[in-house]
This record gives sequence, C-alpha cells and structure tokens, in this order.
Amino acid sequence: MRPSIRMLLAAAVLATAGVAAPSVTAAQQAPAGTTAMAQTSTLSDSALAAQTAAVSSELRCPVCQGESIQDSPSELSAQMRDIVREQLRAGKTQAQVKAYFVSKYGEWILLDPVAHGFNLVLYAAPYVLLLAGLGVVVVAVRKWSGKQPDSAGP
Amino acid sequence: MNWKRAAIASLAAVPVIALFAWGFTKDPNNIPSPLPGRQAPDFSLPVFASGEAPMALPVGDTVHLAKLRGEVVVLNFWASWCLSCRDEHRTLSQFAKRYADKPVHFLGVLYNDRTPPAVDWIREMGGQEYPSVNDRDAHTAINYGLYGVPETYFIDGNGRVAFKQTGPVNDEVLTRVVDSLIAALPAGAKGAGVADSAAAGLTPSPKQAPKGAP
Repeated sequence: MRPSIRMLLAAAVLATAGVAAPSVTAAQQAPAGTTAMAQTSTLSDSALAAQTAAVSSELRCPVCQGESIQDSPSELSAQMRDIVREQLRAGKTQAQVKAYFVSKYGEWILLDPVAHGFNLVLYAAPYVLLLAGLGVVVVAVRKWSGKQPDSAGP
Repeated sequence: MNWKRAAIASLAAVPVIALFAWGFTKDPNNIPSPLPGRQAPDFSLPVFASGEAPMALPVGDTVHLAKLRGEVVVLNFWASWCLSCRDEHRTLSQFAKRYADKPVHFLGVLYNDRTPPAVDWIREMGGQEYPSVNDRDAHTAINYGLYGVPETYFIDGNGRVAFKQTGPVNDEVLTRVVDSLIAALPAGAKGAGVADSAAAGLTPSPKQAPKGAP
C-alpha cells in the first residue's frame, strides 16, 4: 500500500506542477527575460524533483529493509537518487530509468513486483482468498439458515 | 463429516506450508545479480593507493577498465569502515602477489569512503599488493549493482562478468575462478602478467597527485 500512496502523492505534485505551467509561460512573455528564465528553471526543477521522487519511491534501497531509496537516509540511496535525477534530466523516461536499475540489480530492486511468472501468485492470492472467504461465508450462512427452522420447530 | 473438514483444511494449508518451506531455503541476503554473463560496466577511476611492485600504479593516474580487455580482472569493492573487508584482505593481497606473473589484474575499488582513512587502513593492514581506485560518487558501484562491501567481480578476457562474490572472498574461490578464467584466455594472452602503466589501461595524470590524496 505504501508505494501506491507515494505514487498518488507524486502524481499530485506533478499535477500541481502542471497547473503552475500557464503562469510561468505568461511570465516568459514578459520583458524581464532574466526573471522569466529563472522561473522556467525553477519549474523544470520542481517537475524533475517530482519525477525523481516518483521513480525513487518505486526503487528498493539495497542496504535497507523494505525501504525505498526515496525514504532511506542511506548514502547509497542518495547516490541512487542522484542517478535517477541525472537520467531523467538527460531525457530518459521513468520506465527507462527503472529498467536501468533492473538491469543492474534485477527485478528485486522494484518495490512492486512485476506481474509475470511466479509473481502472479502475489497478485492473484488476495482475490483467491477473498473468493474462498466468500465461499465459506455462503456455506456457513446456508447452514445456519437451514438449521433455524429445525431449532424453532415444535 | 469431520474427516471432510480435516481434508479441506489440510488442502488449504499445504500451499501455505510449501511456500514457507521454499522461502526458508532462500538466504534473503543472497540476491542473485543479473550481471554474470553480461559485459562488465566500463569505468575510468583515479588511483589513490599505488600497491606494490610489480602491480604498482602511480597515484593520480586513471585506470580504464576497457583497456584491460584481453586479460582477467579481479575487481574488489571495499571500504575502511567495512569489517568483513578485514577478513579477506590478507587472502586477496597474498593471492594477488602469487599471481603477479599471470595475465590477471587485481584492482581495489573504494566505496563510500574517503581516501585518507582508506590509505591509513591499508597501512594498518600491512599494505596491499594491488592498486586501489576511488569511486567517489559510487556510480561505478551502482553500475555493478553493488549491495554492500566487500563484493568481488571476476571479469574474463572478453570483458564479461564471469562471477560475483558477495561477502569476503576466500582462497578456494579465488583459485578456482581465476584459474578457470586464465585457462579460457587465448594462448597468446597467457604469457607474463602486465606490469607497465601503458598496458594496464592507465592514463597518466597531468600532474602527479600527492600520495594517498588524489
């Protein structure tokens, strides 16, 4: 659940950056060119920071226990975040950045397992258990409702 | 009816027990690396500890991995704050000395550490036969998918990662892996080891850096 919440937060930050875009475009048209450039730089920096946070939230810290590189204060995590930022700045997509880390550390580096092979069990298990639970409830209710007339009878 | 309930409960428990049984056979600290079999990530890193002759390289010069192609490379990531690195240091250093005349390069890579304590550590450990380079931003370590130190990568003559050792390396592993990689080299490459800077993938520094502080 935690990565999903982080992704939602990151998406919210990205959305906020997107909302801010028109005002910066207007500022670029203003005669004060230097100020406009500074604002453009700030915007791209914030968008880059949001994207870096989004990708980093999905990558596991190699020297921690179940923590993302976004949340970890470790030196290695900070260095990995630097690489995420550098690659995004260089024009790579979020998927390409994640693919880079998978090529180095394997799929283990992804906090959310990829839905293929044995991992499918992880995704299917909650639904299977839910169905099994519903089945148990249905059987139990039928049993109880079938017994009631007997116990209420003369 | 009780036997039926017991059978259903057992059937439900079997996959869970099987999953746990399978999980307990795995060492959570031993995460398989995707690197063995792939091309070793290239790097150019500065020497901060020269090592001893005949493997010595000048401090401040840059080692390019790509230029070591054609010979075996043993890449050992270490740090002065790493306790396990103490366990393997003597073994690794003595093995490197024993193989000094063979077509194999030993290279230490400093990970998340500063050079002054690292130089002090080498001195405290009684020296290091092979040179060490400094991976200041840990980009090389991350390129190799490093989890922690020590980790040792064995690179074959074609520049591919042949084997990765997580944790301290021992003489048995060193002998087995290095011998097999040397045996796989083309006949011409199995001659004497490389001792001069040019053949060791070195770029001389414009100005010689002070010893122990690049």
